[in-house]
Amino acid sequence: MKKSIAIAGNSGPKVRSDCEIVLELKTEGGINIDLTSKVKVLYGESIKDLVVEVLDFFGVKHADIKINDSGALPFVIAARMESAVKQLISTNLEYLPGFLKENSYTTTRDRFRFSRLYLPGNTPGLMINAGLHSADGIILDLEDSVAPEKKDEARILVRNALRQINFCGAERMVRINQGERGLEDLHFVIPHNVNLVLLPKCESADYIKQVEEVIAAIKMKLNLKNKVFLMPIIESALGIENSFEIARGSENVVAIAIGLEDYTADLGVPRTMDGKESFYARTRLVVAAKAACIQPIDSVFSDVADMEALKQNVLVSKSLGFEGMGCIHPRQVSVIKLGFAPDKTDIEKAKKIVLAFETAKLKGLGVVALGSKMIDPPVVARAQKIIDLAIRLNLISSGWMNEIPPIELKTLK
Amino acid sequence: MAMKTVINAAGRSVPLEINGKPVVPFKGVGKHKPEGSKYSPPIPTCSDYPDDGNKVVSSLEEALHKCGLRNGMTISTHHHLRDGDLVSNKVFELASSLGVKDLVWFPSASFPCNDSVIQYLEDGTINRIEGSMNGPLGRYVSEGKMKGTAVLRSHGGRVQSIQDGEVRIDIAVLAAPTADSFGNAKGTGGASACGVLGYAKADYLYATKVIVVTDNLVDLPCFPMEIEGNYVDYVVVVDKIGIPEKIVSGTTQITKSPDRLLIAELTASFLEKSGILKDRVTMQAGAGGTSLAIAVFVHEILKNKGWKLKFGFGGSTKYMVKMLEEGQMDFILDAQVFDLDSVKSIENNPNHVPYSVFNAYNYHSKGNLTSMMDIMILGATEVDLNFNGNVVTHSDGYLLHGIGGWQNCLHARNVILSIPLFRDRIPVIVNEVTTLCGPGELIDVIITERGIAINPLRQDLIESVKGSGLPLKTIRELKDEAEKICGIPQKPQFEEKIVAAIKWVDGTVIDVVRKIKTR
Repeated sequence: MKKSIAIAGNSGPKVRSDCEIVLELKTEGGINIDLTSKVKVLYGESIKDLVVEVLDFFGVKHADIKINDSGALPFVIAARMESAVKQLISTNLEYLPGFLKENSYTTTRDRFRFSRLYLPGNTPGLMINAGLHSADGIILDLEDSVAPEKKDEARILVRNALRQINFCGAERMVRINQGERGLEDLHFVIPHNVNLVLLPKCESADYIKQVEEVIAAIKMKLNLKNKVFLMPIIESALGIENSFEIARGSENVVAIAIGLEDYTADLGVPRTMDGKESFYARTRLVVAAKAACIQPIDSVFSDVADMEALKQNVLVSKSLGFEGMGCIHPRQVSVIKLGFAPDKTDIEKAKKIVLAFETAKLKGLGVVALGSKMIDPPVVARAQKIIDLAIRLNLISSGWMNEIPPIELKTLK
Repeated sequence: MAMKTVINAAGRSVPLEINGKPVVPFKGVGKHKPEGSKYSPPIPTCSDYPDDGNKVVSSLEEALHKCGLRNGMTISTHHHLRDGDLVSNKVFELASSLGVKDLVWFPSASFPCNDSVIQYLEDGTINRIEGSMNGPLGRYVSEGKMKGTAVLRSHGGRVQSIQDGEVRIDIAVLAAPTADSFGNAKGTGGASACGVLGYAKADYLYATKVIVVTDNLVDLPCFPMEIEGNYVDYVVVVDKIGIPEKIVSGTTQITKSPDRLLIAELTASFLEKSGILKDRVTMQAGAGGTSLAIAVFVHEILKNKGWKLKFGFGGSTKYMVKMLEEGQMDFILDAQVFDLDSVKSIENNPNHVPYSVFNAYNYHSKGNLTSMMDIMILGATEVDLNFNGNVVTHSDGYLLHGIGGWQNCLHARNVILSIPLFRDRIPVIVNEVTTLCGPGELIDVIITERGIAINPLRQDLIESVKGSGLPLKTIRELKDEAEKICGIPQKPQFEEKIVAAIKWVDGTVIDVVRKIKTR
């Protein structure tokens, strides 16, 4: 029997910035909208206009619509409407809100990926200000944080979020589902300037190739030029065993992450604070990543209230060779960034190298030396990266070079 | 019949008469200076009172009867029992059963527990409320259902209106956690301890009749006496004046919202980088979740720098108490106590001192504490492009909050509003505030999660944070950013009818709230 009533979105006492839409298709009577909204006085008319526009786009002429709105932004209302319509009508049309020009940036393979903030893919309230927390990456998650019956509407919401939310320069990431559903997910996100796709529960280089084929096909069809990087997440014993091959699965794999909840479950052991049970897997993954010249990324830390334990966890992680960690709460971002950031000694060393380089440039010298040591270009580049990062993290000021007393400069010459 | 209105000094159209009494339109900050003498209550004679000092009567009803309760009287209460108050509602329940009509309720603030007075507004027992209007009560007033016109005053404005005779309290009914039979009373002790009773000071000094209601009668003398028995007419002993867990929160909690925490972090960072926060300054922040987080971040800075605050002005919370106990603050001066840690502190710590708003905020006093404060952190429901602030209505036009001490606090040296740019799509920065509560000339900095705007009148502050890396924007840029995300809102529609007057700290009318047009 064909459904005639659809429900999409969320409502309830704790739900914010979302709406629930009940759509019933009719054969006559035009469009009737019953709107309950805390912002009705301010946006009631524009909400109704938007609903009519979306229905018109999908060719719906007669319908009863009940909206329970808790301050949803237009791109959310549009996503919920589209989801409701698509439960009742089979169509390939997509109602796309405008693409913000601020969102058209690309990222590079070697950028820092210290902190990546996970956002549940069907919870718009958490997305709107996510870019303000200065995470290196923002992950719109279609996998574990979305209930199975909400998977379809999350795709549409995430698609609209990619077009409409300014993530303030964070690397724009999506975690797709595993397997076949994940490959379908790609059609909803690749056309909207995703910088990086996370592949959960990855166990083989073959899967990387399948993902690459789908991405290439979408890009070709739409004539897209933007690079889409990949970050496989290893969450099983088999995945660990295959980690080096996965790391080399494609030139677009820029990092490889470990997911310890599933990994320890696969081993059949509990996940502990000191993590002895996963020590092998973590170091194995670090080695695989370094051998493949990509970034190894550690598992998330799930106690969002305990910042001290998180800090300790980050220090251990850094000492093992990891170069980043997932965040499940914005408050974790700064702790993780600071933890992985260069420490005082690193920064002082980098300052000396950059200064020596600048001095050599000023003198027109082709070769840079610090004391009696010659410095290779990659070393200078890495030092400059550390300095840039230290400035970005507010560890030193952008005018640090002018703050060095002249006498110290002299000793460097 | 249209009411005659004029445009006041803030450009707002206000009436010359409210509730049948003439009022003065706002003239500008510090411009209105009434002459003559302060109001005095009638002269009492001690021989009219029992020689043994025992003023206890059998019930609140008897006390109200003996005070001569009748139609049209003004009844005052204080709000120290907050959402656990069982006394205010009882007064009107009794008045209603006695058939008394047209009372004016003059509370120092109202809480959700007071929503039940709506039935006494409905049955004519109460004509109007002159005090704060929250939640359902605000909605009731906004929809034009209250018989008289509401008058909203700041905490200091309430004292001003009592002292210059604008409001004459006929009967003050003052709940007291501890009292003796003579009427001496305090805010500590007993099952309903609320810490301090400072908001009741003007009431007991100026009311014609004073009733103290307690559930903890102690032997004379009740000491230290925050209410002095010499001003009290009757003492009533009841089973319970309040619900303890609703009087003080067991514990106040800093916000968990990442966006609010970001605002708090930015605020603390601004205070430090602008140089406003330094050794030996004074500070006041509220008890909202964002303010508490600001206190925590400021505490960190003080510790790292080895700085100390001279004093902090409460509403006290455990976060302020922590600063006091760990040595980053010399004194807490306290007008109200928000959690159990603070109740304990004010009872035991000699450097945690009751300090009434009577002394801190009053327009008719010879100087005020607020103008001596260096750092003042406040909130607002709306701010406009001229930095004008609103705290009583939301952008949808409904009355939702009281003024509290907000207007009084605007007189501090550096006034910072730490607010989100929008709340669930409701814009906070607007072209023009729906209701004007504070003129922009007194508001220095707006700190939101998306940037900081400094009032162009404060070139010194703008100069102080140049090159600091803080996200500085103009207020217009902030407004445009909010509208880009939320959309441009429609304006709420109002009718002509004035439902509430907003008083400035000096008693002049700075703005009015009109009846909302419902479709």
